[in-house]
Amino acid sequence: MQDIENIVNGQKLFLKPEYQEVLKRKKEFEGNMGSVDSEKLEEISEWTKSWEYREKNFSREAITVNPAKACQPLGAIMAALGFENTMPYVHGSHGCVAYFRGYFTRHFKEPTPCVSDSMSESAAVFGGLANMKDGLRNCSAMYKPEHIAVSTTCMAEVIGDDLNAFVQGAVEDAEGDLDNTTITYAHTPSFVGSHITGYDNMMKAMLEQLNPSREEKVVDEERINIIPGFEPYLGSVAEIKEISKMFSDKIVMIGDHEEQWNTGAGEYKLYAGGTTMEDAKTAINAKATISLQKYSTVQTAKTIKNKWKQGYETCNPIGLSGTDAFVMKLSELTGKEVPAELAKQRAQLVDAMQDSYPYMHGKKFALYGDPDFLLGLVSFIVEMGGIPSHVLCHNAPKKGWEDDMKAVISKSPWAEDCQIWVGKDLWHLRSLLFTEPVDFLIGNVYGKELYRDTGTPLIRIGFPIFDRHHLHRYSISGYKGTLNLLTWITNAVLDQLDEDTKEIGKTDYFFDCVR
Amino acid sequence: MSELRQIAFYGKGGIGKSTTSQNTLAAMCHYYGKKILIVGCDPKADSTRLILHEKAQSTIMQLASEAGTVEDLELEDVCKPGAGEFNPEDEEITEGYIMCTESGGPEPGVGCAGRGVITAINFLEEEGAYDDELDFVSYDVLGDVVCGGFAMPIREGKAQEIYIVMSGEMMAMYAANNISKGILKYANTGGVRLAGLICNARMTDKEYDLSKNLAEQIGTQMIHFVPRSNHVQRAELRRMTVVEFAPSSDQAMEYKELARKIIANDLKVIPNPLEMDDLETLLMEFGLEEEVEADAIGKRAEEA
Repeated sequence: MQDIENIVNGQKLFLKPEYQEVLKRKKEFEGNMGSVDSEKLEEISEWTKSWEYREKNFSREAITVNPAKACQPLGAIMAALGFENTMPYVHGSHGCVAYFRGYFTRHFKEPTPCVSDSMSESAAVFGGLANMKDGLRNCSAMYKPEHIAVSTTCMAEVIGDDLNAFVQGAVEDAEGDLDNTTITYAHTPSFVGSHITGYDNMMKAMLEQLNPSREEKVVDEERINIIPGFEPYLGSVAEIKEISKMFSDKIVMIGDHEEQWNTGAGEYKLYAGGTTMEDAKTAINAKATISLQKYSTVQTAKTIKNKWKQGYETCNPIGLSGTDAFVMKLSELTGKEVPAELAKQRAQLVDAMQDSYPYMHGKKFALYGDPDFLLGLVSFIVEMGGIPSHVLCHNAPKKGWEDDMKAVISKSPWAEDCQIWVGKDLWHLRSLLFTEPVDFLIGNVYGKELYRDTGTPLIRIGFPIFDRHHLHRYSISGYKGTLNLLTWITNAVLDQLDEDTKEIGKTDYFFDCVR
Repeated sequence: MSELRQIAFYGKGGIGKSTTSQNTLAAMCHYYGKKILIVGCDPKADSTRLILHEKAQSTIMQLASEAGTVEDLELEDVCKPGAGEFNPEDEEITEGYIMCTESGGPEPGVGCAGRGVITAINFLEEEGAYDDELDFVSYDVLGDVVCGGFAMPIREGKAQEIYIVMSGEMMAMYAANNISKGILKYANTGGVRLAGLICNARMTDKEYDLSKNLAEQIGTQMIHFVPRSNHVQRAELRRMTVVEFAPSSDQAMEYKELARKIIANDLKVIPNPLEMDDLETLLMEFGLEEEVEADAIGKRAEEA
């Protein structure tokens, strides 16, 4: 039991004799009082590491084990929180929203504003209009948002609730209560695509519904929009803004969620930072929009290109060449030379890359995560002479991504040895790590089990990361961000080198203080 | 090129909705050269068989579940050109053509057919099935507006004109009135309008007058009274529309007239559905129902 004078965490608590006794009995029970053949158990456990099992595993059709993706409304919430005084509103079940908020909060260690209209059994039968009517008014009265961004969960989607009609109906019935609140809405069925699809749908919907039609646009030749995409690294968002500012004051971040999850101590405010409503409502006037995540803005791109007839570019400023392309694009669009400060940052990065090159060169990596994140990260690994042996993307879009990834990998002299895995989960990855092992695993917190299972060291880069603090505050984009990636990965390599050379009298001839 | 018109056929199950819609659309194509996309929204998937000369087309949901997800599908897999004269390549009889899709859905008793409709329509829109060349998109929707999924075709930006197929039977009229209620819900916040009742005659008593009267009371028109004809059945056995089977027959002329009226139709209203009592009164007025004393309700024949 806990001692009130000396509260300990679970690690120490369960070492106490009373818990040890419980754990012992649990083990007996689970082993069926000794009737489970432990040799057989061991045999099966070993078999799951074989090629034979791998083939069975990869012919699996029906289930997903340990997915490397989340669902649409999660992305919709991040998109919504990129705008000032905006409350994300999820039309659907309460439990879904509790999960989204918990998910973000565990990653960012910050509260996440988001409301739900708590659809229940009767809403499933009669439709969610009544919930929407009460929900929007309550949300407006209690949280005073300037803008409410409505997305949906599976439940509302299965019963076919029509957001357009519902939102209009709710506003008409609100006795004027909602007249000063802007409401945008997007259908985000959780069972289609992943969180990046939801980001895309919500972003598209907000831009379309906040902006006037093309006939009314007044082109501002100097203005450029940048959409960050589903970016869990707040430092990246900040760095992109910093780089943009070096070129022009008229580069506007559309969906700037940096401050929302980075508030200081003191009195809590519900809304922090974000793209201003003014900037959001004039996005159509820009000369061009740059998306930093091509595959998180597939539908949004259609609005910008086809409906707005605006210039649309994609860049992926992770790694050296990715950042170069982004910087050159800004230079091209603004007509300005690359600032000396950026050239200096670049030189510093290249210098650092040369310092660390021998340690990353020739190392094998398995990586998993979102499509654009992987394109950037793999590009950087290849630049450093690393081998991206397994690149696994559970939520890769069907069209285009695999070819893009092949193009990135083709720059590696080991391209032939690298494999791309589309639509596979982390249980597939387990088989890969056992049958074709690598030196390092790069991905989110869910690789922790794989690390324990396979012994492959996990370098935590991705989303979500629950079990390490503050990594999301750093940048992984731009020259400085790439330097962070370099630092994390190189030092993980060095940590492992120390780990492998610490045995006294055997391997310690290489246990060195200078690397 | 004129603007794309999106229309929908609704009506009680078994009323002859798919037959009527296919014959009418065939007439719009055959006689007036219209370019049409049919979106079948009935899990039975029988909205295109007469145009395709097939038993039943492979549906979007069926192909999606074979392929894994709907994103794995290509438009060509699910959108088939009509047979013979309805093929875009065949311009001998008409320059018009008919493209056919079926949303499909689960077996009766399981799953959610409404979601199938939503998924299928979203897929068609995203893949660009509603191209600039088309004159009409026509949705053929099952029975009644039973859930949100079956209302998908009348959401904002989808079908703007609804035609209800009905007959002079009480339950068909009841269903037509109910569908009007569904339309009313969406018409208040959107652009969907009731464009007319199509009476697919069962040759019941005073059918013409009754249908016309119901249409007027709801605030719309009986756009056409399609008489019963064995030609239709004969054509159906050959998996053809009567328009293609016997283009100069009287029945084909009826569909030609209906097609003309739809193409020229400009009476699109927010319906004014009747209360159940009013509907019964209407039936009584036409002598289809005898007024019954209050104390006779619920009594067996031998008791009365």
